[in-house]
Amino acid sequence: MIEKGAFTLNNRYSRQELFTPIGKEGQEKLAKKHVLIIGAGALGTGNVENLVRAGVGKITIVDRDYVEFSNLQRQQLYVESDATERIPKAIAAEKCLKEINSEVEVVGKVMDVTKEELEQMTPGVDLIIDSTDNFDTRLLINDIAQKHNIPWIYGACVSSYGLSYTIIPGKTPCLNCLLETVPLGGATCDTVGIISPAVQMVVAYQTTEALKLLVDDEKALRGKLVCFDLWKNEHTSIKVDGVKKSDCKSCGSEPTYPYLSYENQTKSSVLCGRNTVQIRPPKRLERDLDQLVETLSTQGGEVEQNPYLVSYTIGEQRMVFFRDGRVLVHGTNDIAEAKTLYHRILG
Amino acid sequence: MEVTLNGKKTELPEAISNLTQLLTHYKLEDKVVIVEVNGEIIDKSKHEDRSIEAGDQIELVHFVGGG
Repeated sequence: MIEKGAFTLNNRYSRQELFTPIGKEGQEKLAKKHVLIIGAGALGTGNVENLVRAGVGKITIVDRDYVEFSNLQRQQLYVESDATERIPKAIAAEKCLKEINSEVEVVGKVMDVTKEELEQMTPGVDLIIDSTDNFDTRLLINDIAQKHNIPWIYGACVSSYGLSYTIIPGKTPCLNCLLETVPLGGATCDTVGIISPAVQMVVAYQTTEALKLLVDDEKALRGKLVCFDLWKNEHTSIKVDGVKKSDCKSCGSEPTYPYLSYENQTKSSVLCGRNTVQIRPPKRLERDLDQLVETLSTQGGEVEQNPYLVSYTIGEQRMVFFRDGRVLVHGTNDIAEAKTLYHRILG
Repeated sequence: MEVTLNGKKTELPEAISNLTQLLTHYKLEDKVVIVEVNGEIIDKSKHEDRSIEAGDQIELVHFVGGG
């Protein structure tokens, strides 16, 4: 462990401090900020690595999934052994990030984000960065951000296309204003794939806006919805201020935060591009993995365990049980079929 | 007819004369898309009525979920 004082001598942030809009003053501000990143996939690993290197004081990164080989092409913090051992992304990311910059307080959380978790995590957070792969979670982030007056940065990508928008409560339109309806289906990383430069482009936009917000340089914000297609050589940004709706249920004059209500929360969901269904028990629980392994061992099939999860393969089916109660059912996009398997194993 | 679409000069097929047809042509009819024509955002309810003229500067931004 290097002593604190040594960092000054190391001059770790010298090049960033030479950048006038940040400077020494901005660097000191960064060190006092707390950023919450939802998702530790392609966008999440890119954003979090940038911000950890930049010296943000505290970063919490949350993810519900674990590392697989198909992630390694673009999810920049992970290595082959993470995939072989099925390490949860939040754990693998935290370990790697602490090696990059031990000065930053990095907290990796293996969890599915719902209203409950967000309400618990948002106090004291200066900024939320969206690195999720679904609109359910984004609309949840959108409502919580409005409710607690926290800026957040939307980012998404698929194929060679990507887009980003910075949402400032009370100033810009919110995601609910922009979307009007929740997009259903459409292209996913599974159906049309993705190339890593598209990820990195979105990450560049998100991290830059994040730095502007964290050093309180709001006038430098882009203020526009930006999108690009790297393969088609297209790049555009449009002003969407006029889309803000005064009667929006999320950011209007009488908000009800519709996506924070129970009815609007997904209990089972198909994971983007994974041919996998996640099932979450109605209440959070602490699953006894050792006991589960004992039970499963008597049922035939193959059982593997690490400190965070149990993987169970029987025939063509594979299920992964997390300590927090969630189960991933692989090999299907059919929620009903997944639930059947779930109940078959867990009663 | 030639328009500027997302910053690129683009020749549109003759059959395309309004925004709804344009979105269908690019298979964006079922997506959530923000459409801007000559600097003005056109509400979804007006896409069918909004005709496209040669030289229009059109920006199409569609929302995706991946990440």
